[in-house]
Amino acid sequence: MKEYDKLIFELSRPGRKGYELPADRFEIDGLDAIPSELLRRNEPELPEVSELDVVRHYTNLSNKNFGVDTGFYPLGSCTMKYNPKINEELAAMPEFAALHPLQPAETAQGALELYYNLQKALASLAGLEEFTLNPYAGAHGELTGLMVMRQYHISRGDTKRTKVIVPDTAHGTNPASAMVSGLEVVEVKSKPNGSIDVEDLKPLLDDTVAGIMMTNPNTVGMFETEILEIADLVHNAGGLLYYDGANLNPMLGKVRPGDMGFDIMHINLHKTFSTPHGGGGPGSGPVGVAKHLVDLLPNPRVRKAEDGSFYVDTDDKSLGNVSTFFGNFGVMMKAYAYILSLGKEGIKNVGPMATLNANYIKESLKDVYKLPIEGVCKHEFVFDGLADKSTGVTTLNVAKRLLDFGFHAPTIYFPLLFHESMMIEPTETESKETLDEFIDAMRRVAKEAAEDPETVKAAPVTTKISHPDETGAAKNPVLSYRTLKSQQ
Amino acid sequence: MLEVIGVNSVDDLYSDVPSEVIFRGEYDIPEGMSELELRNWFKALGRKNRNLVVFGGQGAYDHYSPSVIAHLLGRSEFYTAYTPYQPEISQGTLQYIFEYQSIISELTGLEATNASMYDGATATAEAAFMMVASARKRNAVLVSATIAPRVLDVVKTYTKFHGIELRVIPEACGVTDLAAMREMLGAGDVAGVILPQPNKYGIIEDLSGVADDVHAVKALLTLNCDPSTLAVLRSPAEWGADIACGDGQSLGMPLQFGGPYLGFMSCGNAQLRKMPGRVVGATTDAKGNRCYVLTLQAREQHIRREKATSNICSNQSLMALYATIYVSLMGEKGLCEVNSLSANGAHYLCNKLVESGKFQLAFDKPFLKEFTLRTDLDIDALNRKLADNGIMGGVNLGDGLVAFAVTEKRTKEEIDRLVNLMLED
Repeated sequence: MKEYDKLIFELSRPGRKGYELPADRFEIDGLDAIPSELLRRNEPELPEVSELDVVRHYTNLSNKNFGVDTGFYPLGSCTMKYNPKINEELAAMPEFAALHPLQPAETAQGALELYYNLQKALASLAGLEEFTLNPYAGAHGELTGLMVMRQYHISRGDTKRTKVIVPDTAHGTNPASAMVSGLEVVEVKSKPNGSIDVEDLKPLLDDTVAGIMMTNPNTVGMFETEILEIADLVHNAGGLLYYDGANLNPMLGKVRPGDMGFDIMHINLHKTFSTPHGGGGPGSGPVGVAKHLVDLLPNPRVRKAEDGSFYVDTDDKSLGNVSTFFGNFGVMMKAYAYILSLGKEGIKNVGPMATLNANYIKESLKDVYKLPIEGVCKHEFVFDGLADKSTGVTTLNVAKRLLDFGFHAPTIYFPLLFHESMMIEPTETESKETLDEFIDAMRRVAKEAAEDPETVKAAPVTTKISHPDETGAAKNPVLSYRTLKSQQ
Repeated sequence: MLEVIGVNSVDDLYSDVPSEVIFRGEYDIPEGMSELELRNWFKALGRKNRNLVVFGGQGAYDHYSPSVIAHLLGRSEFYTAYTPYQPEISQGTLQYIFEYQSIISELTGLEATNASMYDGATATAEAAFMMVASARKRNAVLVSATIAPRVLDVVKTYTKFHGIELRVIPEACGVTDLAAMREMLGAGDVAGVILPQPNKYGIIEDLSGVADDVHAVKALLTLNCDPSTLAVLRSPAEWGADIACGDGQSLGMPLQFGGPYLGFMSCGNAQLRKMPGRVVGATTDAKGNRCYVLTLQAREQHIRREKATSNICSNQSLMALYATIYVSLMGEKGLCEVNSLSANGAHYLCNKLVESGKFQLAFDKPFLKEFTLRTDLDIDALNRKLADNGIMGGVNLGDGLVAFAVTEKRTKEEIDRLVNLMLED
């Protein structure tokens, strides 16, 4: 259905239902025992629809979406690689999916073994000692990792270390995570090429600094060549180095964060380890640490006994709990399946192929898009809009025009280093043919911008909706069907 | 490709990396596997787990998931999409989040719901932040000792690092000691109160007058609830709560060894701009068509950086779709039926065990699907025996207390079998 635009509530017809439950056989009324003042007075207005209504409705909604399976998704800093289908099937196996998180450890040995082996595999790939898989997402991993950082200093009685250094180019989540964990953010300046300015860093490193948060490659996709010097400077000042795993993909199989001097890191399993993004989640943000920080990881912990069995443990030195149970276990299964598919040799190709693909696009387009930072990038790079800006066509226009050509847009207006940032990350799972098609589309947009700029500015024209009124949405928030109905 | 780039080899792409940090060793992971080998490997691993007939709850309930949900979640247009930052090609995701928000708001009775959070415990911790952010200068939060221990643990961690003073309200006879709470409200620095409904024993607490007491000192009230039960139990809005949060798992989500589930959060319009997380709003496009966008982003980390309401920058989107489809299928009537079947089974089991004389109700208070008994028997030994017989018994709460949960999935035969195994010598 082309113009389908109903809400599930608008399909509702009194008395219709989409379920069947067994008849009651207990001859006892459990609700009758609850005093009436504890019971609900106003009925919730929920949809009354048939099973077929539900199936058609959500199938139609799915047709209004664009996923990695739909087409190329060059979204910088998001690592939208292919999500292998077998992994979905394995994660749904009832042997795992029907496990209660509190059932006896003896009856969940397979699940505990998977948790344990995945954390060991991540530790080996990252060059760190141990991981917790409990954090639910990248930002949750950052928060957990910064709690480790704080807990480390607190446990040593060094309570004045309350500042964390964050590059001015960092993603907004870094300073926000620092704020939530109780740390004060100090910005270190970047050089014009996006790298940390070591000379600006030095005077910041006093005895109130808990550590530094970095990505490497950095936010513009360039490797921080002075990383070993930075690590020495921070360590000598008594601080710890935190690695934001958002940009781990080009390093996978090539460089380990632990070997660069990082003490703490998080990994986004939904980026580097191929688990689907799910339209915004569930993700998973395991946190790894160097040996001297292992005791501080959050509870619960999964450990291996001498007899080879696995058990759930809590550690008194831990920073505490950050999740109800063991995190997004279903996501972990998919990530481990990915690791096992590639194996110890196959995984070495991930980073290099992602880097190859990114550089190929960059070099193929830099004559028509402005490349502010020359040189070999890693998994992603940034254009500062079109090379020819005289027509007034912006990065936003280019992004929307790409939608018309069947591509997802790059990440736009981030990093904040440039006015017209357009961040492109192809990942290693795309073929040269797909990259060439994207390059052709980008060149076509550039040509259109020069010859017929109004067409580009009017984009998108082929999508289900165009130019939504975002200002109106924020000014008069309509967040539910009930509010929507009341305003009609 | 190398020629276009102007390098001789892929290794040259890493010539800027100091050679001493290039990894040349062996990873401690197995050799690669074909799909067939992988499938067999997981099957073998799966055999080390045992699927039990579940009588445990404590935050994870074995409710029935209609078949339709998995089929619809399996549509890759949903699960391989990113966050809906490009509304023109993300109307599917944006609309189901809008429907999710609408459904949760109907259940909680509060006007505004966010797009979901990680789990019930982190949502509750974020509610503590939100209450402090709304209060200005007052920095203490009260939380009842009757809240689920795993939720309390997470709230403790978050508030400790965030510099919020967390004070635990004692319990009396299995419920929040409301007299103690009123006294603690007098401290003058209380920004908010967090209470559970039902509580860790499965008891439905009588919160009459609580909201008035809390609001009298200009503090806010958060209720941590089980959304499935809200079809029958008095809603957070009806109790006068300002914020409702909890875990969405009870809306038919697979147990999955603890996740993924989702955390939900609703609040009144007065608190909307302090609420963390993503929010979807309805609007119109250039042609006047109704459509949906992420909105009120000025609260969020990618704009506000360290001044944001939270660092959260995702949601459990696919699980929000799960909850939306589940509630759409069930409707109000189906949810009520789930609650009544669960409550009937729970009361049946409870009566049987109490009649034996070996178990007593820990507290004589109303409950729905989860209840706590006291016994002199060795609970761990009993649970080992049950596990040997394919059953997950009640969760050991310590001090001779054991909490059972019964859902609509449990048959009379399964309950009778559990009772027989527990009562035989």
